[in-house]
Amino acid sequence: MNRLQTRIWHEAPEPGDPFAVRVARCHGYDVFGDMLGRCRWVELLFLLLRGEAPSREQAALLEDLAVALANPGPRDPAVHAAMASATGGATAAAALMAALAVGAGRQGGARDVFEAVTGWGQCGFDLPAWQAWARATGEQALSIWPVAEHPAGFDGQAVQTSGIVLKTLAGLCVHVPAERLRWLSAHRVALEAAAGRPLAMTGVAAAALADLGFDAEQGEMLHLLLRLPGAAAHALEQRALGYKRFPFPAVQLDDDPARAVVAS
Amino acid sequence: MTDVLHTRVGACWPGTRAVFRGHDLHDDLAGIGWMELYVFGITGRRLAPPQLRVLEGIWTLTSYPDTRLWNNRVAALAANARSASVLGLAAGIAATEAGVFGGGPGLQSIDFFLRAGVLHGQGMSAEAIVERELQTRRILGYGRPLNSTDERLPPLMRLAEREGLSQGLHYRLAFDVEQAMLRRKPFLKMNFAALTSALAADMGFTARQYQLYNILKTLAGMPPCILEAADKPEGSLMPSACDVVIYDGVGPRIWGDRLGNDGAAQG
Repeated sequence: MNRLQTRIWHEAPEPGDPFAVRVARCHGYDVFGDMLGRCRWVELLFLLLRGEAPSREQAALLEDLAVALANPGPRDPAVHAAMASATGGATAAAALMAALAVGAGRQGGARDVFEAVTGWGQCGFDLPAWQAWARATGEQALSIWPVAEHPAGFDGQAVQTSGIVLKTLAGLCVHVPAERLRWLSAHRVALEAAAGRPLAMTGVAAAALADLGFDAEQGEMLHLLLRLPGAAAHALEQRALGYKRFPFPAVQLDDDPARAVVAS
Repeated sequence: MTDVLHTRVGACWPGTRAVFRGHDLHDDLAGIGWMELYVFGITGRRLAPPQLRVLEGIWTLTSYPDTRLWNNRVAALAANARSASVLGLAAGIAATEAGVFGGGPGLQSIDFFLRAGVLHGQGMSAEAIVERELQTRRILGYGRPLNSTDERLPPLMRLAEREGLSQGLHYRLAFDVEQAMLRRKPFLKMNFAALTSALAADMGFTARQYQLYNILKTLAGMPPCILEAADKPEGSLMPSACDVVIYDGVGPRIWGDRLGNDGAAQG
């Protein structure tokens, strides 16, 4: 098999150069001759992954989700990683690779979204099913991912539901396709009790992504992608500020052979 | 952000000293080999020289500078696209944590051997272990995507024998499991993942520790691919003309037609 196969993208060459693209179509739509100037970015995202153009309502929900996810803020571990990479003067790609590596995980990251979207497929609108699902946390077979320490979609560290999570949930619920989001909002307290944790932004994102028809793998990819803008901006900011202004904590080494307790 | 990082694995004080798992790196650990340091960092144990030679041999035997291989190809494409070489190397390592080769099968394989070793120690035969395992999951480490014969096994077996590590419980179990697998499907010969994870199990690695050791076993094959790709004209590595790509999606359609009169998407 030496020929790549795709259902997504078709490129027609220029007559004089088989490598120069005259027309590029995404799932049949002429991207540069027809879509450009009339298509929103989220519509193309949806089209690429789902294979069909979104309705206006779906595009509006995805756009709002993209806004909510765009910047997790400089305290977020993924953004922290991007900043740590950039402050040392590494490449732009290294900053985003750092953000992707950290933001891929189960704590507030894309793997959490993957599992939560999977949960929607398994549990749907069945509260007892979700309660049983929460109790089964950590029972996954061994994989390259660490064992889950909290039910996916809930916050492993917070003690109360964040205001921005609640505002995002409420803001996304107004959209027509937001069937799961509205059910999540209506049953949030019961679900949080079952999880023993507050709802996390990943849980809101997973419900929105499931409402948009994305499967777990597509949701995981989108979550990785949509959180990169903030990582990029904060990385550039910290690079410009310089490493001397980037936090570098003191260390307490518990088994120091020199028995130095605290040094900086 | 935290004011003090609490740790037991080590720290450095630039201009003064560095500590690595409770040892002064430049004094207590002076002269330590890189493999020994790496495995010490993972396990917290100082392995014996024969074990370290086998661990290094495992890496050596499967570092193939073949640019077609998926992880090597990632690294080489970066170089040929005139990206920074280390970005390609890092992405190539990440691509090695795969499902059908590299990290994924290795992790599943040592997980199997660690459980199988316990059962075998309790008197269960390899046949019974395999039968029990196959009732709930696949046994990785047997069979291979491209060719069922694994050319890396004879040199690895010679190395293990030379270093006196061919009599471990998991090592011997790997061959007994192979016979049980072959009785079911003749193409399920043992592959490199099984014997390497069995050796690591004999050395006391946990599955998570093995994950960190195992992932670099193809690393040495990447730099040659990167350097050769960098030497080739930019954009010339595995180029595809438009008509080489097989498109089997929907035919042309008009973006403006996608919404019906009521605003709902068609299709």
